[in-house]
Amino acid sequence: MKLEELRFGTELLKRGFASMQKGGVIMDVVNADQARIAEEAGAVAVMSLERVPSDIRKMGGVARMADPEKVAEIIEAVSIPVMGKVRIGHFVEAQVLEVLGVDMIDESEVLTPADEQYHIDKKQFKVPFVCGARNLGEALRRINEGAAMIRTKGEAGTGNVVEAVRHMRTIMGEIRMLRGLDQQEMADYAREIEAPAELVVECAERGRLPVVNFSAGGIATPSDAAMMMQLGADGVFVGSGIFKSSSPERMAKAIVEAVNHFDDPRVIANVSTGLGDAMPGLDVHTLRDDEVLQTRGR
Amino acid sequence: MDAKIGVLALQGNVSEHIDAFLLALERTGHDATSEVFEVRSPADLADCTALSIPGGESTTISRLIDKNDLHEPIRQFNGGIFATCAGMVLMATEVADPRIHPLGLIDMTVDRNAFGRQCESFEIDLPLNGLDGGPFHAVFIRAPVISRAGPSLTVMARLQKGIVAVEHGKHMALSFHPELGNDTRLHERFLRANSL
Repeated sequence: MKLEELRFGTELLKRGFASMQKGGVIMDVVNADQARIAEEAGAVAVMSLERVPSDIRKMGGVARMADPEKVAEIIEAVSIPVMGKVRIGHFVEAQVLEVLGVDMIDESEVLTPADEQYHIDKKQFKVPFVCGARNLGEALRRINEGAAMIRTKGEAGTGNVVEAVRHMRTIMGEIRMLRGLDQQEMADYAREIEAPAELVVECAERGRLPVVNFSAGGIATPSDAAMMMQLGADGVFVGSGIFKSSSPERMAKAIVEAVNHFDDPRVIANVSTGLGDAMPGLDVHTLRDDEVLQTRGR
Repeated sequence: MDAKIGVLALQGNVSEHIDAFLLALERTGHDATSEVFEVRSPADLADCTALSIPGGESTTISRLIDKNDLHEPIRQFNGGIFATCAGMVLMATEVADPRIHPLGLIDMTVDRNAFGRQCESFEIDLPLNGLDGGPFHAVFIRAPVISRAGPSLTVMARLQKGIVAVEHGKHMALSFHPELGNDTRLHERFLRANSL
């Protein structure tokens, strides 16, 4: 088979990779041991980073891409896909993660933005990207820049699911609303939310985003995860919720099962029993404006 | 015969497989009495004439098969199984990875992630033995290969790294993702092999 017959890094391969994650749980890990625990629990992928979001909140300062040594150590430790976070707009951090061999890059508001004007031009990369969004406009702008997957932002590191719920309901509601619009109204709506008209039309036709949509930012219990699935998420990211709980192995397994059986409350009850303490939570209404992560990267 | 196609819906590319089989049923002249539905429990499996095991994360699906008490029921299942990517890994008798508890339904050894990481994922126009209508546009995503195929298997395609498509009686196992696209020739061929 000649090499020139092969095509790499296409849109289909990027979106296809994201599609394989559906129905799964992607867990934040900061070292190889945590990565192995996540894999053993049934995570579909791990997100490698320097600190989980709740620690980023505590530390303050500038949060950057993880040390390449740490990313390499996590890649070495597990057979499931490894993702990595880069700062919004920091295309060189993305180039570095791509050569390290991560399977997907999260251009994430959890890290300190490197560019307040532009996101990364994701079409320039072979590696697929996931980006955060609070509403349909943000989601479609990211997809237009080349994101192969969307995750609703929520409010990371709070252990409070309220923002994740708000963002998922917003996006699903906007898509449901589109179905009642005629062509002119749809074009008008696309201008209003500053999104490409053809992507708005595609959402209306398919009744969903054109790429996989996960939930993130505040999921701390099996019930939280199952609720996000019932609200229409294709899967969930769990950040601080696993390794800041009192029993990470059990919490990880319980959340995987809760996502698998998201519509069966008996299973959720069963896996939630005797789990120990979930991560400590934060009331998002007490956050100062500069502590709110979700407003980064519109 | 009415087709009742179950798609194992524990994790992965489930809805695309349902859509592809619905399209294949339509193209082969099946009427509305044929169905495609999700399989999550042994009871769901009992209603199927054929099963599809989709791509996804093989370690996760393997764990969930065990957790949902589906391992033995799938092993005893009478109909054909259409297995792609992670599904192919699970059908093997041997997988060189203790994280996988394979079903052992096809006499073969499968290596996971044989082409490398996501950046090495690729698309190719792949000629398949016995498939009319020209090469199949095949999408390989962190794909496995068959490094050893038992004598009873029919090899349909091979790349440098190993075998990527086989038939074994009523079963078909593919390294790639025929559900990503509108070409249903392989789904149709599977239906015929199962007299559906």
